[in-house]
Amino acid sequence: MALLEVREVTVAFGGVRALSDVAISAEQGRITGLIGPNGAGKSTLFDVITGLRRPSSGQVFIEGREVTRLGPTRRSRHGLARTFQRLELFGRLTVRDNLLVAAELGSNRRHAAELVDQILDRLGLTRLADTSSDTLSTGAARLVEVARALAAQPKLLLLDEPAAGQDPEETERFADLLRSLAAEGTTVLIVEHDMDLVMSVCDDLHVLDLGKVIASGPPEEIRRNEQVLAAYLGDAA
Amino acid sequence: MEQLFTFGIVGLSTAAIYAIIGSGLVLTYTTTGVFNFAHGAAGMMAAFAYWQLTEGWGLPVPLALILVLVVLAPAFGLLVERLVLRPIQGLGDAERLVMTVAMLSGLIAAARWIWDPNEARSLPRFFENTDAIDIGPATVTWHQALTMIVAVAVAIGLRILLYGTRIGAEMRASVDDRALVGLTGANPVRSNQVAWILGTQLAAVGGILIAPAVSLDASQLSLLIVSAYTAAIFGRLRSLPLTFLGAVVVGCLESYLTGYLPQNDYLPGLRLAAPALLLFLSLLVFPHRRLRGRDTKARPVPSPSLQGTLLFAGAVVLFGLVLASLLGEGDLITYGQIFSFGVIALSYVPLAGYAGQISLCQLSMAGIGAAVWAHAGADGQLWALPLAVVIAGAAGALIALPALRLSGVYLALGTTAFAVILDRWIFTLPSFEVLGLNISLFDGGTVDVAGPSLFGWRLDDGSELMVFAAVWLALASLAIAVLRRGRFGRQLIALRDSEAAYATLGGNLLLSKVAVFALSAGIAGLGGALYGMQQRSVTAEQFGLVAGLPLFLVAVVGGLTAVGNGLFTGVAVGGSFPVISAAGAFAQNITSVLPALAGLGLARNPDGAVPEIRSGYEPLGRNKPVLGGLVVALAGLWVLQLQDVLDGWLTFGLALFLIVAAQAAATALEQARAARSTDTDVPVEWWGVRREWRREDEEVLARGIAGG
Repeated sequence: MALLEVREVTVAFGGVRALSDVAISAEQGRITGLIGPNGAGKSTLFDVITGLRRPSSGQVFIEGREVTRLGPTRRSRHGLARTFQRLELFGRLTVRDNLLVAAELGSNRRHAAELVDQILDRLGLTRLADTSSDTLSTGAARLVEVARALAAQPKLLLLDEPAAGQDPEETERFADLLRSLAAEGTTVLIVEHDMDLVMSVCDDLHVLDLGKVIASGPPEEIRRNEQVLAAYLGDAA
Repeated sequence: MEQLFTFGIVGLSTAAIYAIIGSGLVLTYTTTGVFNFAHGAAGMMAAFAYWQLTEGWGLPVPLALILVLVVLAPAFGLLVERLVLRPIQGLGDAERLVMTVAMLSGLIAAARWIWDPNEARSLPRFFENTDAIDIGPATVTWHQALTMIVAVAVAIGLRILLYGTRIGAEMRASVDDRALVGLTGANPVRSNQVAWILGTQLAAVGGILIAPAVSLDASQLSLLIVSAYTAAIFGRLRSLPLTFLGAVVVGCLESYLTGYLPQNDYLPGLRLAAPALLLFLSLLVFPHRRLRGRDTKARPVPSPSLQGTLLFAGAVVLFGLVLASLLGEGDLITYGQIFSFGVIALSYVPLAGYAGQISLCQLSMAGIGAAVWAHAGADGQLWALPLAVVIAGAAGALIALPALRLSGVYLALGTTAFAVILDRWIFTLPSFEVLGLNISLFDGGTVDVAGPSLFGWRLDDGSELMVFAAVWLALASLAIAVLRRGRFGRQLIALRDSEAAYATLGGNLLLSKVAVFALSAGIAGLGGALYGMQQRSVTAEQFGLVAGLPLFLVAVVGGLTAVGNGLFTGVAVGGSFPVISAAGAFAQNITSVLPALAGLGLARNPDGAVPEIRSGYEPLGRNKPVLGGLVVALAGLWVLQLQDVLDGWLTFGLALFLIVAAQAAATALEQARAARSTDTDVPVEWWGVRREWRREDEEVLARGIAGG
């Protein structure tokens, strides 16, 4: 059974359909990629999955239970945590406190401090722990967002362009982190524009274009899909 | 039937005035992005100026109108735009809000200064001697007709301006993106200026038209704006036609309430509070777009060390002890406010400082605390103090429920409405029964307040009460520091910085907001109870909206995130203002304008004064010999005063001088030492070359790089 299943979700802003009949899924312990040109509706889909936006129609299931009507707070108890494309760090807190908030809101409140130290260490953020998170560079801030989501100890981790602003070396380390998370059983859903990263880490891919899923499958298949190439490169391709 | 018409016409003519004022508000908000709390106060000033010109100096009406509407109002609008708003254009919503609240408070204080409030003034209606017009069963006076004609003219004029002229197009465009408007060759500063001039003129027209219907009173006229706010909220601060519609609803409702509300002891206040009640409801009913703009720069919230806060709390208690031993009984009542005001001001720290919820009704919460203590603690029963805290907290939780839907300006408006409802209605009620529970607040006048009895020891003289209040301020400051360092403090700050992230991490917005509102209202309630004890008797007026503004402004100036803010605001409002006022009526007027002026200075130092003071005194804290000398000298002064060798004011002056001198000496010494050790000026690329590499250098570099 898929850990996350999105069924026929439609989001309409007035007359414009940001998403129409989108169906995707993410399997337990695998890395699922969500790609598509700008404006395809990827972030909107994340908002629907995490409960920040209610769909006009359609359903969202986590571990087989329907959560479509739950708000973001109650949905997070099903093991969801996410990062934001437009950074949403707690700017007036230090990096450590950002993670602490997440850990303390999670299930393992008692050992929050140790958990936070572990995660900071794992992501190489220890030296930034006492820095005010508002003063971070974009790349570092994105990594802190990932760290904060991890501090919530999620079953399903949703990452919205986490590698933007990282150099190749950092991206490589980040890819390793994702693989090890998946190996530990965490399910990852990732939106990313860095195709090398997506193709190297993702087990499954969904391609969105203009609010519709135009292809789903393993990376090798997607790479050859003509509709996908057309969406990315224009009809001439 | 005739009555129905008559009240309808009265309602429509008031509605016309609200529409004029409200459209000015909407115009400035949409063009400049500033919601002007002082909009009504500007109209109030215009009404007073018009009174001065016509009644005071005997100028003919047309000339006075031209002077006020064409000369004074535009000049005032330009002045405000240049001096108050342009400097804060780059700051966040909260700072802009504080600016206009400061203006509101300052204009009321200034009007009371210029025009003695104890002297009754009234303005005649326009065309008073011309016969009214009969239409069917009702009559319309020329004044009423004039207001409606002016309103229609304003509506048509604004429509033509916004949609038929170039400047109108620029004004509409600068709503969306002022930088972009600038790039297209338009001048956003000019559209701002036009908006402020027009807005002030509209406020002035409204003020002059409405003044004859009410007595010329600074705060009453400024708060008439509540009705115009309601109209503007109907227009969601954007639509002029809907604002006009809102004005009609409010105007008629008020008029019919006057006509048809049954006469008894409980309801006259309701009529006065009706506009505020309607404002509160309309804020809840209408959906609001997320307000534009975020805080441009997040400033870290200091996390005070426990040791430091313990020292601070000890110093507060010591300060209370020393003051209590020095002051006479009369001064004890005057300056006793220091600590109780301090506690009330401290209630802003978790609410506005951490959670970013700007509430203008904290003093009303203090009023509830004072009233509960006055009745339940009439014999000094100690359990009544927690009761006062709990009941004030419950009232706070009540405001939090709507607060979940409101933010920024809307929340400030909602809490203003709440404060006005309490002022005009609830606090004026005689005692009443609800579900068999006898509830009395201020019994329509003054209530006596007793001191507490501590396990049989009755505290009733001023010095004992002062120490009691000081202990509570110390405890409350400690509690806030502990809160900031703990889980709840982090969550409040997180909640303000990103509601979306907080919610997706599992944070409960409703629960957290209710908790922080209840907590801070509880603290304010405690402060109110302490204030009541010190004053021996309290009236509802002491806890009014306008009375609370200076406290809020000084707290903002102190810095809303600083735990030391309680003492700062308490000393400033409860201590220094009475000291200055003692110098005479002129000085007293200065103190009433001072908080507003200080609030207007906010743009210069958005972090507040308390962190600045603290960092200024850090060298003194590090310099043990100077600090020790200071303590010994202060103790010596105290002993001399107790032996009646020195008199109170001399001791005060000397102590102040010593503290300032010690700080200056410690700072100078530290600078001298720093200058001697050469390494302070070594540029970063020479670290480890011209001076030895230190262990902390790596950390400094890492942070510098991370900070970009």
